[in-house]
Amino acid sequence: MAVTSYSGAEQYNFDIVKKFSVMALVWAVVGMFAGVYIASELAWPLLNFDSPYFSFGRFRPVHTSAVIFGFGGSALFATSYYVVQRTCQTRLISDGMASFTFWGWQTVIVLAALSYVMGYSQGREYAEMEWPIDILVEVVWVTYLILFVGTIMRRKQPHIYVANWFYLAFILATALLHTFNNLAMPIDLFSMKSYSLFAGTQDAMTQWWYGHNAVGFFLTAAFLGMMYYFVPKQAGRPIYSYRLSIVHFWALGFMYMWVGAHHLHWTALPDWTSSLAAAFSILLLMPSWGGMINGIMTLSGAWDKLRTDPVMRFMIVALSFYGMSTFEGPMMSLKEVNALSHYTDWTVGHVHSGALGWVAMISFGSLYHMMPKLWDTKIYSRKLVEWHFWLATIGIVLYIVAMWISGITQGLMWRAFDEFGNLQYSFVESVAAMMPFYAMRAIGGMFFLSGAVLMATNMFMTIRQGKREGAALEAKLAAKMAHA
Amino acid sequence: MNINFKHEWIETNIGLMAVLTMLAISVGGLVEIAPLFFIDKTIEKVEGVRPYTPLEQRGRDIFQREGCYTCHSQMIRPFRDEKLRYGHYSLAAESQYDHPFQWGSKRTGPDLARVGGKYSNEWHVQHMVAPRSMVPESVMPNYPWLLSTPLDISDTASRMKALRKVGVPYSLTQAEYDANVAKFGETVAPQLHIPDAQKNLVEQANFGNYDGDRSGISEMDALVAYLQVLGTMVDFSKYADDAFVDNR
Repeated sequence: MAVTSYSGAEQYNFDIVKKFSVMALVWAVVGMFAGVYIASELAWPLLNFDSPYFSFGRFRPVHTSAVIFGFGGSALFATSYYVVQRTCQTRLISDGMASFTFWGWQTVIVLAALSYVMGYSQGREYAEMEWPIDILVEVVWVTYLILFVGTIMRRKQPHIYVANWFYLAFILATALLHTFNNLAMPIDLFSMKSYSLFAGTQDAMTQWWYGHNAVGFFLTAAFLGMMYYFVPKQAGRPIYSYRLSIVHFWALGFMYMWVGAHHLHWTALPDWTSSLAAAFSILLLMPSWGGMINGIMTLSGAWDKLRTDPVMRFMIVALSFYGMSTFEGPMMSLKEVNALSHYTDWTVGHVHSGALGWVAMISFGSLYHMMPKLWDTKIYSRKLVEWHFWLATIGIVLYIVAMWISGITQGLMWRAFDEFGNLQYSFVESVAAMMPFYAMRAIGGMFFLSGAVLMATNMFMTIRQGKREGAALEAKLAAKMAHA
Repeated sequence: MNINFKHEWIETNIGLMAVLTMLAISVGGLVEIAPLFFIDKTIEKVEGVRPYTPLEQRGRDIFQREGCYTCHSQMIRPFRDEKLRYGHYSLAAESQYDHPFQWGSKRTGPDLARVGGKYSNEWHVQHMVAPRSMVPESVMPNYPWLLSTPLDISDTASRMKALRKVGVPYSLTQAEYDANVAKFGETVAPQLHIPDAQKNLVEQANFGNYDGDRSGISEMDALVAYLQVLGTMVDFSKYADDAFVDNR
């Protein structure tokens, strides 16, 4: 990053934002490739190649960690560092700490992926990292918290902008969840292997308190922070309702933490816990839609941008998927619906309508907005952005439709009885029935991945173009100075 | 006293905002998780559930290592179809020694909570090495390396010691051993004694010969031993149909 433009090179630390942005794209491609790969393994088991390193069980956490923590995490670091500096009109308090969070976080993702394929896993979804990696995460995270809060303390404005509230809630909640869900006893100090501090029911509850709030704070609150900065910026209009953002911020933060147990309906978890979780899940619809409405209505008066601005389209489609999946979620947390949907592909489809539709799309939109600004240039090709948009949207639709059909089919086949009251289908008949939908899902994933590859190429060219323009400008200046 | 609250106070004070956010996000977890450790009814009082033997526990470690939980649940729900397909619904007591729990969240393959005793050892070995040779429509990966990899038994005792520290009643001292005799009986207690861990593991593997190969102890031995004990510890014929309803 030798070429720094005039745009606030001294005022802000944009170098760190650039690094995280580039890595967000790298992890997007890597993580989504891993996703397409494991999806294909389910359709064509041959792809497991009889190898421990590529078998579905070990490779699935590589996918989830690379997309959630690699892509999502890097996009959040990048945008939060950008937003906090811009809205507080001050530089990050420490370049060293910022740099440490970058290298620390990238190390975490690489070590995590390597350790999974080597066979080290805590056996907890989205928290598979073993204890030494967990400790590194903790250190990076505390540094991030200090850096973020410290920067806000040095702000030039009395008010803290709303995007920063969401980023703050995300950082605090992630620290809390990560700490308590990863309490474990290593078998000795030189072994990666550990055993969870809790057992059975309590362990399940702790894990899903974590698991659902990884969704609630890592994948929702934080990306709402992103939304609250980049949607108004891209639309060129203020946030629709300041009051709504206050109400839905506190409601969202408070309520999300209650809903994890809806992952444990009808299990050996006591009924009072999962009923409580179901009730809060339904309440949660309101703050979720509060955020969606606030985002989409920000565009009121500028709806024409949907036609003319592909970046805006990413953001609005993201908010629409956010609204859809936060409606689907409460519905699936109703016990009667959950009895059908749980353990099936429906859940997988639901997660991806949130993850692809909301998280990835809002990140793409924000990065398309931010990256050209960072390198002080324009997007290399708007045509490619258009292509990316359609590939991604078609990919998501293929994915979730396939999972709706397969999920509901599974659920219905499992509970079907014949006229004599016996089970109508053996389990493996339900497996065989999934084949076309698993293929369709893999193809949907390929669409989405191709879009991400287009974006990475487009941004690579944008960066090159930015550097070239910067160099040309400097050469011109140098020539002028020489003549003078 | 008339305090005219303004949200502006929070918006202009990062310390206050951080503290209030922490409060808001802490309540849910405290209310839902903490009581599970104190309410007695959370875990049913039931006979037969014991910690895993060293060999079974090593099998469980392999189950976890291979990420089996990404496709197989171990939690049967109280529905008619699940009762017919898998058996009695799972009790909290049955996973009380499971660090970590492996209830799972997805059934790409069938539930395994009561798979123990349903198939022969030979079936499991063949199915693990080449699932489609037993179930043509299966999409499970092949696990040939389990049969060819010798089980590392060198750290058996340290694994059990770690589990003991997190609350599994494996015994180190005579007093603990006696307590286990009282709680789990004469035949189980020796299996839970850490000083004999390695010896017990070897004996069980040799006696059970789970992988059908007596020349050594493979990872397959351990995994099959684990699968064969799943869901078999509680004898449900001893309990009335509605014996556990109150615990739900």
